[in-house]
Amino acid sequence: MLGWLWTIPLAPLAGFLILAVAGLRSRRAIAVIAASLAGLSLVAASIVGLSFMRHPPVGNAFEGTLGTWIQTGGLTIPFGLHLDALSALFTLTVSGVGFAIVVYSIRFMAASEGYGRFFAYMSLFLASMQMLVLADNLLLLYLGWVGVGLCSYLLIGFWYADPVNGRAAQKAFLVTRIGDAAMIVGLILLVTQLGTLCIQPMVARAVSLWPLGSPLATVAAFLMLAGAVGKSAQLPLQTWLPDAMAGPTPVSALIHAATMVTAGVYLIARLHGLFELAPAALAAVAWLGVITLLLASLAALAQRDIKRILAYSTVAQIGYMFLALGVGAWAASLYHFVTHAFFKGALFLGAGILITALNEEHDIFKMGGLRKRLPGVYGAMLLAALTLAALPPLTLTFNSKDLILREVWVSERGGPLLWGLAVAGAFLTALYTFRLMFAVFFGPVRTEPGGKPARLMTVPLSVLAWCGALAGAAELLSAFGGSEGFYRFMALSLPPMTAVRPAGGPLFLQAVSVLVSLAGVGSAYGLYLRWPGLLARLAAFPGTSGLLRFTRAGFGFDTVYDTLLVRPYNWVARVNARDVLDWILERPAAASMALNRILSRTQSGKLRWYAMGVAAGTVILIALTVWL
Amino acid sequence: MILFVLLGMPIVGGLLAWVAGRVAAPSARWVALLSTVVYLAVVAMLWTAAPLELPVPGHWIARTDFPWAPSLGIRFTLMADGISMLLLTLTGVIALVAVAASWRSVTRLVGAYYLTLLWTVAGVTGAFVAMDLVLFYFFLELLLLPLYFLIAVWGREKRRYAAIKFLVCTQAGSLALLVGILGLGYAHDQAFGFWSFNYFDLLRTPLSPAMQLWLMIAFFLGFAVKLPVFGLHGWLPDAHAEAPVGGSVLLASLALKVGAYGFLRFLIPLFPESVRQGGLVVMILAVAGILYGGWQSYGQRDFKRLVAYTSLSHMGFVLLGIFSWTELGLQGAMIGILAHGVGTGALFAVAGMVHERTGTYELARMGGLWARLPRLGGATMALAMASLGLPGLANFVGEFLVLAGVWQAHPALAVVASAGLVVSVIYAMKLIQEVFHGPLAPEVGVIPDAGLRELGLLAGCIAILVWMGLCPGPVLRAGEPALRDLRNGGGAVEASPDWERGAP
Repeated sequence: MLGWLWTIPLAPLAGFLILAVAGLRSRRAIAVIAASLAGLSLVAASIVGLSFMRHPPVGNAFEGTLGTWIQTGGLTIPFGLHLDALSALFTLTVSGVGFAIVVYSIRFMAASEGYGRFFAYMSLFLASMQMLVLADNLLLLYLGWVGVGLCSYLLIGFWYADPVNGRAAQKAFLVTRIGDAAMIVGLILLVTQLGTLCIQPMVARAVSLWPLGSPLATVAAFLMLAGAVGKSAQLPLQTWLPDAMAGPTPVSALIHAATMVTAGVYLIARLHGLFELAPAALAAVAWLGVITLLLASLAALAQRDIKRILAYSTVAQIGYMFLALGVGAWAASLYHFVTHAFFKGALFLGAGILITALNEEHDIFKMGGLRKRLPGVYGAMLLAALTLAALPPLTLTFNSKDLILREVWVSERGGPLLWGLAVAGAFLTALYTFRLMFAVFFGPVRTEPGGKPARLMTVPLSVLAWCGALAGAAELLSAFGGSEGFYRFMALSLPPMTAVRPAGGPLFLQAVSVLVSLAGVGSAYGLYLRWPGLLARLAAFPGTSGLLRFTRAGFGFDTVYDTLLVRPYNWVARVNARDVLDWILERPAAASMALNRILSRTQSGKLRWYAMGVAAGTVILIALTVWL
Repeated sequence: MILFVLLGMPIVGGLLAWVAGRVAAPSARWVALLSTVVYLAVVAMLWTAAPLELPVPGHWIARTDFPWAPSLGIRFTLMADGISMLLLTLTGVIALVAVAASWRSVTRLVGAYYLTLLWTVAGVTGAFVAMDLVLFYFFLELLLLPLYFLIAVWGREKRRYAAIKFLVCTQAGSLALLVGILGLGYAHDQAFGFWSFNYFDLLRTPLSPAMQLWLMIAFFLGFAVKLPVFGLHGWLPDAHAEAPVGGSVLLASLALKVGAYGFLRFLIPLFPESVRQGGLVVMILAVAGILYGGWQSYGQRDFKRLVAYTSLSHMGFVLLGIFSWTELGLQGAMIGILAHGVGTGALFAVAGMVHERTGTYELARMGGLWARLPRLGGATMALAMASLGLPGLANFVGEFLVLAGVWQAHPALAVVASAGLVVSVIYAMKLIQEVFHGPLAPEVGVIPDAGLRELGLLAGCIAILVWMGLCPGPVLRAGEPALRDLRNGGGAVEASPDWERGAP
């Protein structure tokens, strides 16, 4: 098992090394190497995952230590992997979605230069992401954590010749790095206080040493939260994700929708024991999640670029996951992570096909009527959109959002207020999703698509869409009695939630969320398809266009950060390029030059002056000897 | 005796290279290359001879000792422990990098160039093994003078200004150091009735608090200019920018390390009481250097000046680790010294390679070079990532250990210093963006990508960084006994010892 466990991260790492060092020319060879090693990782993950599910090992975890990384001064950091239900879930999702998207990229990137570089970066990303979710200690997790950030930077700026892409890439790296720096401080706090970074013993020690709500636990949890907020693009560090869409679309699908951006969710779930010691931090998680959800959903509603709509949607959906984490609904949050990885990945892959077919057109209002032209893409995206909007019974996975809503209602940390906000978010979700769908696939054809999409691209798209729509079956089956449900599986590594409020009968909450979703779809139908004049009349109100611009720009966060941080930093760096401290250091030199100029005047060549100087000196010397 | 051989190798090699250069210029390169290879071989022999990993206190693996100026108590004492061994290894690697990096770019006075280069190496070698303070001072001077000539003769347009600035600043520091050393010898004479400059004698010399403070300040000035410590760094960017590639490599990777070594080996053990009082000030200066160096680096418009300021930032981490005087901090500082030596040396070599192809160091005239130089771009990306402390590469291990060590002494300083992680990302990304990304600069013609020599040099450096980043165990274990000795010989800032003992 140790071998298979380590194969999961090391296979794509080998792919990276081969592609980076060998410098292959043949595109076929590059594609085969990248896809087969990503596939090997998927096979290994499946073997390990299945054997874990069929025969859960002692202690409910596989451990695999390969060696020691750092050992000094009482500090030991091993190269160790830890596979429990939580990491099994993540590693399976990452390797599955990752393999599908690597296959999709084979055709998608076919015309681009830097083919080998692209797959090298993708392989490095998969290796880092697997390391992140499998690491048994926080420092190794951090290695994967920064590694995925690096790959995100490299891939957003993949088409490096355009400085816009470069700026987006740097922004993503820098903003997430702010979270990373806080996280490193958190790591150091934890290791100095608890003596280890190995997650299981560390959390156990924290639970035994720190009382509930102790300042150390709170500070540590908040520092970890800062890291999570950066990586998962939550308030106030969400600004990088919409710009990250500058990267190739498969990158947006894999890194900026399905996997990397959910690393923050993983981190909080992984450290749930620590977060439960810090109720303030958990409350912050919930509130940050719900506020991000609402703001990002509104921003998504104001975008015209299809990828930016999906990016804001991702931010919002991760907001749901954070909300669920914050109220202690661990399993519901992870459930939504899995389904989101599939349906959002599918939506992005579909968007990539549309953009390519329409000759790099990103504006959804310049698309239209594509239902008949690209029926396969339409079908898959519709399935994914229904899942995103959570509409039963057209998708089986409606329950992933409903479960979050229900648990927010019943949790001791939740309540009607958070629930109400989350329901409002569900309405907005359905609205912006079907705004996109109606604009792109219905109405008149505005741009004719060129050519049919390749099978290598449509198959991964359909697979992800169907996985997303059917993933809910696991929980549905268990709800109707019988098989082992998702909740039961997650209970192997996460505690169940404590409910304090009656759900009011499951049907009441279920009915509310279905009605809200239907209302969202209906509004989208009315506003964007049936009566388009309504919107025009709405836009005529004074101030609306300004509000729309403000919303489209993501509520001015960029402007604030630009004014307060970026510009002053640049200004000082530019003005001080010659270094004011160097100027100080040069003062002695300048002073001696000045003295030199003064003294050199005395060397005038006039004998009388010299004689007077000698005489004056003699007098002073005699005077000194006499009176001292 | 083997240390004597090690010291003689670059001196003799330099002379031979000079002679060879008078006969035929290219042969000087080969002589220089050969002598650095032999140097590395001797270091390797020392390693195999040394049972360094035994945690025996007071462990010195080699010793050469004979009287030099007996009436003044000056002896020619060379000794090496784990710290010296690590630094000697770095010296050998960097000498190789410097020789290889200047292979094609130096065409004038080739023999004399390699003479100065190798004599600098000799000075560094001596400084790392001298256990008599006057001898240490002698090697310090031996190291600075050839470097001065390297800058003044083979430098760029403003080389005279930069060289004189370098010499005046470092000599002013050295003067303070010399006064300090003489003062210590005098104090020894006062206490024991005879002069001695032997390191171990001086460690035992009792000092009045005032005397200790003044001597500490004198030593501090000497080493602070060389490191350089924040505020005294003005000479650094100029010297780097104007020096030839080999000079920049030696300066960044070796000469600065002598300053760090001085703090570690001499200043703190000799004046523990004063350091305990004033250490916090130095640590604050170190944090200021980390942030200021990174910030300044970002503002530069010249490739080499940008890299030069990153040195200020990285050496800030090293200084911070040393003055934390905790086991983790010291280990982190050692890793930081080695990582910065290899990584920054390689970055300066990259600057030289880019200059050979574009004829400029100005960032504004570069851009988009990835299209022409993908291999060089990939290597630079790896080095830039090392510089910003990517986990898996050596700098990260150093920075993490330093921050953990500093946390034990002063948590607030660790928090502020961690902002350095953000600052470093900004300059590293700027470097990549301005040189390799963006649209291709119009004046760049058809230029060849990195050849075998250049690729080998960079790949070797990156391999060392990866190895130390993933497997720092051997380095940590080699330094451990020596660092423990140092800490037992005198402590600076009290650590919280219970954690070190308590946790597994």
